[in-house]
Amino acid sequence: MLNWQSSPLTGIGFLGMVIGGVLILGLILGIVTYLIYFERKIIGWMQLRIGPNRVGPFGLMQSIADVLKLLIKEDIVPENADRSLFLLAPIIAFVPSFMVLALIPFTATHVFTSNTQVGLLLYLALSSITILGIVLGGWASNNKYSLLGGMRSAAQMVSYEIPLGMSVIGVVLLTGSLNLNTIVVAQSRHIWYIIPQIVGFIIFMIAGLAELNRTPFDLPEAESELVAGYFTEYSGFRFAFFMLTEYVYVFALCALATTLFLGGWSGPFLPSWIWFAIKTSACIFFIFWVRATMPRIRGDQLMGFAWKVLIPVALANLIVTAGVALL
Amino acid sequence: MSTLRSEEMILNVGPQHPSTHGVFRLVVTIDGEEIVDADPVVGYLHRGTEKLAENLQYTQIIPYTDRLDYLASMINNYALVHAVEYALDLEIPERAEHLRIIVMELNRIASHLLFVGAYLLDLGAMSPFLYVFQERERIVQLFTEICGARLTYNYMRIGGVKWDAPPGWLQKVREFIPFMREKIRMYDDLISGNEIFLNRVKGTGVFTQEEAINHSLSGINLRSTGFNWDLRKNQPYGIYDRFDFDVVLGQKGDCFDRYWLHMLEMEQSLRIVEQAVEAIGDGLILGKVPKLIRVPAGEYYAGIEGARGELGVYIVSDGKDKPYRLKLRRPSFVNLQILRKLLIGQSMSNLIAILGAVDIVLGEVDG
Repeated sequence: MLNWQSSPLTGIGFLGMVIGGVLILGLILGIVTYLIYFERKIIGWMQLRIGPNRVGPFGLMQSIADVLKLLIKEDIVPENADRSLFLLAPIIAFVPSFMVLALIPFTATHVFTSNTQVGLLLYLALSSITILGIVLGGWASNNKYSLLGGMRSAAQMVSYEIPLGMSVIGVVLLTGSLNLNTIVVAQSRHIWYIIPQIVGFIIFMIAGLAELNRTPFDLPEAESELVAGYFTEYSGFRFAFFMLTEYVYVFALCALATTLFLGGWSGPFLPSWIWFAIKTSACIFFIFWVRATMPRIRGDQLMGFAWKVLIPVALANLIVTAGVALL
Repeated sequence: MSTLRSEEMILNVGPQHPSTHGVFRLVVTIDGEEIVDADPVVGYLHRGTEKLAENLQYTQIIPYTDRLDYLASMINNYALVHAVEYALDLEIPERAEHLRIIVMELNRIASHLLFVGAYLLDLGAMSPFLYVFQERERIVQLFTEICGARLTYNYMRIGGVKWDAPPGWLQKVREFIPFMREKIRMYDDLISGNEIFLNRVKGTGVFTQEEAINHSLSGINLRSTGFNWDLRKNQPYGIYDRFDFDVVLGQKGDCFDRYWLHMLEMEQSLRIVEQAVEAIGDGLILGKVPKLIRVPAGEYYAGIEGARGELGVYIVSDGKDKPYRLKLRRPSFVNLQILRKLLIGQSMSNLIAILGAVDIVLGEVDG
């Protein structure tokens, strides 16, 4: 496998990078497309419905048809919107969601992804850029629903980033590295961190759900209260961007949970990428399952929960872990 | 330092909004997330039922009542025919009375079921809404067998009912009762203990008994404050006095009590259906009624306990075959009037929880 990080940049090396980047983009787009299909099917079954079954065999082409429909729709910009920001917002939200995927070690040999020493930190840093896109989208639409949705999102995501960040520090303390691949290797030698860091894992999943704006923390998109939240005014292609962002993050966060707590690509017998796929799918299934089960939490309770419960527990977990690591 | 300038924002919720259960518009003034004022705007579904009735013979009005509270059409049918029967002082055959009780209570269950589903949908839980349609479907199937319609039944007639129960129908109702009991337990397990749900509904949208009476609330909205008032008990009509059932009461008058009473009332309705199915005998389904119904000149009011409160029909007759004036006391419309009071001072995120629990059906609000 090409090791482009330590070798000097050449023409062929650059070409390899571009091809690799495009390949992984295509792969992720495929995964995300079927993630949406998967969600609709799972929730359909849980709700005693059939789910999509018209387009293609078993409705397999449904998501593709949906994306195509969105792509050929008219790109509407509201008259009173802040035009440049309105056009820019989906891109600001979308680009970081793909960038974080470059940091996830999908397999042992780390194909086409960057093996940086500060992978975890970079993930958290990049993912918070998305909030900017959402706030801008809500603001630039010049619509009350969008504005409220955007404000709610910003408050929620900023609040939940803190417990999310704290919950992973336990893992970092145990490994002594921010490199995601090193974390996986350390787990394959000893034990999956879900066992010593069970509290961290639970906080990570809860804060992750809130970070993803998913049920029961889907306030920013509360259909019944604000129609669609920050992307109310968006249509067609730009709406698809926001939609994709959400699902890419579902995949990315589950991939991160797998890497940090579930032993990443490590596992016996099967090839490493299959292990990775199994563990990530289990996480994703959990997120969809929650969506079919839970009502939505209220705004003030959401904030109270983050500041009064999650952060103190995460802090306590951090102190205990630090104590153990010291011994 | 100058204070931060803030201004109020007017937010228009509806008339086409996913959570207004129809075409209901609410103009909300908010200061940040706090509601300063809320102004319900109704009338988008107004069809002028009362005016139309003035040009219709009494029997012809029945199908129009189907369209008022379209989730409990049987009860609406009954409200009208009961008022006319009361005015004419008609004798109703026993079997017809029992059939009426069975279909009305089944319809009450179907209506309450839909409330539970729709309310949870308002609060962001999608699944219960789809689950309740399963049980409701069983009831709708029963109705289809007895009157041929799924939603607008047009089943009651002045002096009785239109169709007799087909063979085996009563047995199906008997089988439905234990099935439904089990399902109510399932919903109870799924919903009533959910922390998120309890956090959202407990203590929200509270009104006192006095406020409820001053706003002329009725039905579950009134009973949730602990006021014992159910027309089936307090002013028995039909043959309700023969059945053994309890009037379930809330204590706090909050959204949770209103949800909880819907669950409990379903069980009570099942009890009534159970007794009615056992007590029903053979006989006529339509009493002796003149071909052309002429209500003697005068004014008549008859109220019954609808699915949402006191459903009253007020007839002013000048002795002709058509009413001179027909006034419907539509409980949804009356109950809605307290909404503004409930919303002021609340957080925006409570809006839907409060509106949902008042349980309005727009067909009935707009008449």
